[in-house]
Amino acid sequence: MMAVCPLADLPRGEARRVEADPPIAIFHTEAGELFAIDDTCTHQDASLADGWLEGCEIECPLHASRFDLRTGAVDAPPAKRPVRTHAVTISDGVIHVSLSGDTLNDTLNLPPGAQAVADLT
Amino acid sequence: MKSIAVIGGSLAGLSAARALRNQGFDGRLTVVSDEQRRPYDRPPLSKSFLAGTATEADLSLEAEHENLDADWQFGLTATALHASTRSIELCDGTSFTADGIVIATGARPRPLAPGPPRGVHVLRTLDDSLALRKDLQPGARLVVVGAGFIGAEVASTARGLGLDVTVIEAAPTPLSAPLGTQMGMIVSALHADHGVRLLCGVGVVGLTGAERVEGVVLADGRTLTADVVLVGVGVQPNTEWLASSGLDASNGVRCNAYGVTDIPNVVAVGDCASWYDPLLGEHHRLEHWTGARERAAIAVSSLLSGGTDNRAGRAPYFWSDQYGLTIQMVGHTRSADSVRVEEGSTDERDFLAVYRRAEEPVAILALGHGKSFMRWRRQLGSQPAPLSPSVSAL
Repeated sequence: MMAVCPLADLPRGEARRVEADPPIAIFHTEAGELFAIDDTCTHQDASLADGWLEGCEIECPLHASRFDLRTGAVDAPPAKRPVRTHAVTISDGVIHVSLSGDTLNDTLNLPPGAQAVADLT
Repeated sequence: MKSIAVIGGSLAGLSAARALRNQGFDGRLTVVSDEQRRPYDRPPLSKSFLAGTATEADLSLEAEHENLDADWQFGLTATALHASTRSIELCDGTSFTADGIVIATGARPRPLAPGPPRGVHVLRTLDDSLALRKDLQPGARLVVVGAGFIGAEVASTARGLGLDVTVIEAAPTPLSAPLGTQMGMIVSALHADHGVRLLCGVGVVGLTGAERVEGVVLADGRTLTADVVLVGVGVQPNTEWLASSGLDASNGVRCNAYGVTDIPNVVAVGDCASWYDPLLGEHHRLEHWTGARERAAIAVSSLLSGGTDNRAGRAPYFWSDQYGLTIQMVGHTRSADSVRVEEGSTDERDFLAVYRRAEEPVAILALGHGKSFMRWRRQLGSQPAPLSPSVSAL
């Protein structure tokens, strides 16, 4: 479990990249839900935290691949492989992300050319 | 509409085929591609694929089990379109008809001169990239003719592979058309930052070397020694096959703001198409990846609705990866009367610049600053088109 930031620092509709290895993206949707996924698009090296957030979907800033924040599944190509999801909890008003255990899909998919420095799991 | 033919099997053609099925077309779908390969992604051909860090499989644009129920015809070029019968002639002498046609034949690089010696390359296809990669040996001298995005990306990749790289640009400032002079200068300074020589304002008059290229002769009389040459001086649309079709294809297939051509039930999309742009008030070919992808759905919606369903597009967007940096651009700089850096610093090569026309933002350029850039992009994208396109505007 990793402390990310106070909930108050991440308004609805915003995202934050967490410099883990590999990086994680935390999203606060307009509806008020919090999600965490691997930040790097599985298609090419781009930060999903910089993407176009709409509902529970994030659109990659470079090529407009879309991922479902709830499952990590690809909703729209060109990405073909899902991103991992990570559990988010709030304790004492601070967002925490849990990088192991209850991930819905646990295969790390990185785009060609990008490499994790260390394995997370 | 019972049958639709998509002529072109790259990003625009595949996106059109997908859009047709997504938008409920369940008739006969034929896709004609002049490539022998299934659709692949071109942007990595100057970057990760050229560098050898991405494989051919990585370039596939289709999902593993994707099935559009289409009849793919590979390795065939369309040679004529007959408007009255909506029939398409192919290079193998056969022809077929379709109720609706999507023209997505793309563009090809402008060549430098006919019959170049070995070692002289253009870059458009996967085979082009493979051939160029073979020649990018560490220590070799690469001369890039043209400092546009393709040229700049190849220069960056080659530098990373340990080549000695010189870029020649005929214009006084590289990238001045897409970025304007001021930002063109700043972005092209990346070359010098990374040990690549950039020579501007000088044309190329010829090549030396009989069997294999040995040098590039400049208009000022200098000859640059070269083991490899990449020519990236723009593209021309693949529209010659439409010469007798009745379509205006003098610089891309002329379309309205929704991809509809002058012939009923014929739309065009991608590099070969010249859509009317209400923001610019003129027709204009968009040669970018995102345009090929996003506009396909708009053109298909026009086709399936008989031109009545007019979907709004987003502001044009492109990116370029060079020297480990991502350059992002959205909107039209051409209509701008000012540009100002509003975040970061150009000296640090980490900034966001806003182009305005009469104080209204019309385009954004960013190196880094992805989060702010996306905010701006959303803002530009949600602006309504200022002019409603009308028949008289065509």
